[in-house]
Amino acid sequence: MTAGHEIRDAVLRHERSALEIADEALARIAAVDPKLNAFVTVTPERARARAREIDAAVARGDNPGLLAGVPVAVKDLFCTAGVRTTCGSKILENFIPPYSATVVERLEAHGAVIVGKTNMDEFAMGSSCENSAFFPTRNPWDPSRVPGGSSGGSASAVGARCVPVALGTDTGGSIREPASFCNVVGVKPTYGRVSRYGMIAFASSLDQAGPMTADVRDAADVLEAIAGHDPMDATSVDVPVPHYASALRDNLSGVRVGIVEEFEHSIAGDAALAQLYAGAYGTLRELGASPVSVCLPHARYGLATYYLIAPAECSSNLARYDGVRYGLRVADGGDVYAMFEKTRAAGFGAEVKRRIILGTYALSSGYYDAYYVRAQKIRTLMKADFDAAFTRCDVIACPAVSCPPFELGAKADPVSMYLMDYFTIPMSLAGIPAMSVPAGYINGLPVGLQIAAPAFEEARMLGVAHAFERATNVVRQRQPVVAADAQGTGAGSRA
Amino acid sequence: MINEEIGAAQRAEFETVIGLEVHVELLTRSKMFCGCRNEFGSPPNTNVCPVCLGMPGSLPVVNRRAVEFLCKTGLALGCDVAPFSKFDRKNYFYPDMPKNYQISQYDMPLTHGGAIALPSGKRVGLTRIHLEEDTGKNIHGGATIAQSQYTLVDYNRAGVPLMEIVSEPEISSPEEAEAYLAELKAVLSYLGVSDVKMHEGSLRCDANVSIRPAGSGELGTKTEVKNLNSFRSVGRAIGYEIARMRESAQAGERIVQETRGWDEARGVTLSMRSKEFAHDYRYFPDPDLVPLTIDSALLERWRTELPELPSAKRERYISTLGLSAYDAELLAADRASAEYFEAVAEFSKSPKEAANWLAGDVRRSLQKHGIELTDTPMKPGQLAALIAMVKEGAVSGKAAKEVCDVLVAGGGDPKAIVAERGLAQTSDASAIGAFVDQAIAANAESVAAYRGGKEKAFEFLVGQVMRVSRGKANVDVARALLKARLG
Repeated sequence: MTAGHEIRDAVLRHERSALEIADEALARIAAVDPKLNAFVTVTPERARARAREIDAAVARGDNPGLLAGVPVAVKDLFCTAGVRTTCGSKILENFIPPYSATVVERLEAHGAVIVGKTNMDEFAMGSSCENSAFFPTRNPWDPSRVPGGSSGGSASAVGARCVPVALGTDTGGSIREPASFCNVVGVKPTYGRVSRYGMIAFASSLDQAGPMTADVRDAADVLEAIAGHDPMDATSVDVPVPHYASALRDNLSGVRVGIVEEFEHSIAGDAALAQLYAGAYGTLRELGASPVSVCLPHARYGLATYYLIAPAECSSNLARYDGVRYGLRVADGGDVYAMFEKTRAAGFGAEVKRRIILGTYALSSGYYDAYYVRAQKIRTLMKADFDAAFTRCDVIACPAVSCPPFELGAKADPVSMYLMDYFTIPMSLAGIPAMSVPAGYINGLPVGLQIAAPAFEEARMLGVAHAFERATNVVRQRQPVVAADAQGTGAGSRA
Repeated sequence: MINEEIGAAQRAEFETVIGLEVHVELLTRSKMFCGCRNEFGSPPNTNVCPVCLGMPGSLPVVNRRAVEFLCKTGLALGCDVAPFSKFDRKNYFYPDMPKNYQISQYDMPLTHGGAIALPSGKRVGLTRIHLEEDTGKNIHGGATIAQSQYTLVDYNRAGVPLMEIVSEPEISSPEEAEAYLAELKAVLSYLGVSDVKMHEGSLRCDANVSIRPAGSGELGTKTEVKNLNSFRSVGRAIGYEIARMRESAQAGERIVQETRGWDEARGVTLSMRSKEFAHDYRYFPDPDLVPLTIDSALLERWRTELPELPSAKRERYISTLGLSAYDAELLAADRASAEYFEAVAEFSKSPKEAANWLAGDVRRSLQKHGIELTDTPMKPGQLAALIAMVKEGAVSGKAAKEVCDVLVAGGGDPKAIVAERGLAQTSDASAIGAFVDQAIAANAESVAAYRGGKEKAFEFLVGQVMRVSRGKANVDVARALLKARLG
């Protein structure tokens, strides 16, 4: 397949036009998406107009930037001015934002061509994309299986080679788990590294936008394009953005890789998974890294902590969807409170309602100290766990998931779905960067390796992931089923 | 004023405990958490953006100027400014609130303590001052909510910076509550942090009222009185509440903790909601905002920028400028009057005369023309010039009143006005003699009375001479001539 950086180089060298690349991506989406349902909205006119602008800029001798002419899919919770933004929900089914998210503006400022908006679990609540109010998205490696979630549409679109680059968001694993399921690279940056302005909030203290890409080099370029302080987001941090691409490494000599004892213990019972990850750690060692064992004693409280803090914040964040100013309104008699109730009853799906109720309960008077305050204390302890671990290692390598992609409908019980985030939640609670990079296959289904680093050390993390990617070449070993079906159409023919 | 019934309640064995919660809109250029203009009276929904409309994905950013205004208020009132505070979300559903939560400060307000010193000398302690955002405004289609087919919402006010000042329950009468508000208003106007217009809602007040047996240390059950639209309605509503509570207490009834609304037209408070329906606001720290830190160097800089405050001005007006306590209080009540007065005093070198004019004739003329001191075209230098003319004898006190009224209405050079209207004072004996003759001729009875020994009639006749002269006659000359003629 063609990676984003390869497209950019070809566009800047005048070898290919942005318009032709956009058309290929759109053709590929037209051919493949009926099987996947990765997109909620495709924007061909907007994409072609943008591509023509890029071509005109290149023709003038300008450099449109890191992502010149690169087709990009954007998770449908980033506001895009003039383009419907649903957040996977009935309540925003017809919502057209008057403004764009900062990351969308930054992508476009770097020459990206946005081709559409991708499906997701409603309000980013879910791990399978089955909680979309519209339709489930399917996994390009096996369309009977889920692509993961909540950024499942973005993962599926990149995994199926519709686009080399997509934007996702990660609250407790919503980039890393679908990246693992769809065999793509997915990066959750440090909390505060990337602006949240214009990104529809689920849990404000955890949400981060990040790239989901064909390879690590693309992830580095996209992160460089979107990272940095935004005066519109008070929680974005004013720390200089490095040139991540120059941090990409080919060997890992001198790198201490932390292996998490508790996590190894929990996968020990699954021979295939244990073998796959043991192989991945072996590759890191062969590249020159020295493995060290580290402990995250509070990781076992991660899920419980997360399922107090995230619902608490969401119960407040989602209060604004009331039918007064925008989105769905159900007003068939009664007073304004009746309108609120009917609108929200009709507009939100079951999982969203479940979390609003959980969060409302956790914040209510008499329970706040026992739940929310204690959860915040555990969060502090979890941060301390990572701080201690990073005195002994430079990065952590660990499982991204506890299983390969599962079949649609396999996790009907909400708690079994929540458990999918077991390995990804601790990093979210600690606010540190973490990513998933393709690590291998179990029964032909992809599985990712998670790499985590201290806050704002994305360059280090990407460097390790790049060396691992080059050594294993996992993505190029196999073709996704959907890609094989669609041979001969569009960009896929260039793979 | 407070009716008799209430006066009786205060004399009885109960004492009143009042605490005030005052909301003040800050006079910043932009809103609390976005760049929209903070402006009263714009066409509906014109000062709005994704942030103050609570659009999906929008985020708040703190207006540092609002923080500065609050901290300066705190410094002026002797509060402790917290070096570290935070914002919390107060969650409840209401259509004028775009996010269905209000960003406020719950357990870590920007200031603690402090006090407001009343002109009486009493100090009313402050509990806290915190920063929050205002809501929009609901405009109902009908006369009341119940009669409305629809409600429109104007979000221009949504997100306007709001400072909440909470007093300790240390106010003990309706009059004291009004004095507290007047003093607070004066301080805020001096600081320039708010335009403190109660009728435009930039200063709003809720009163917590309770009664207890005199001398008791415990607080009685309180009611919270809302919908108070003027200082006077604050006083009246509290007075009504005290009387109502006292009646209940004497009838052996239980006082219910509730929110009551003041009905200005009927002069009563009515129950709005009782505690059974109290909201659980589910406060929690706003994860969209980082904690607020105020460093001590900045705080010290703000302290040096504070203007002279009303209590200090009153003190100086009395002790240094020789003003009466009444004039000092009146002139120091707001920054504009104080600045005007000080300018007139400075130009005329006669602070007492300046005060007399401003507290007397200027005030009456302003009322007559229905304008504020800030609106009059009369410049302080013009009033000072008039005062100087009186002193020099160029114009009589009586004629000067007429000139003053002209100045208040239209401004101008007092000398020109005097000349134009022929009001220059004359000491010319022949001219004044003619006025004296006219007065004597027209007031035969008074002349006879005076000659018959009634001294008082003389003053009346002096007045008549001045009237006939339209105030132009030098009163001392007139007096001498009159005495001589009647002699």
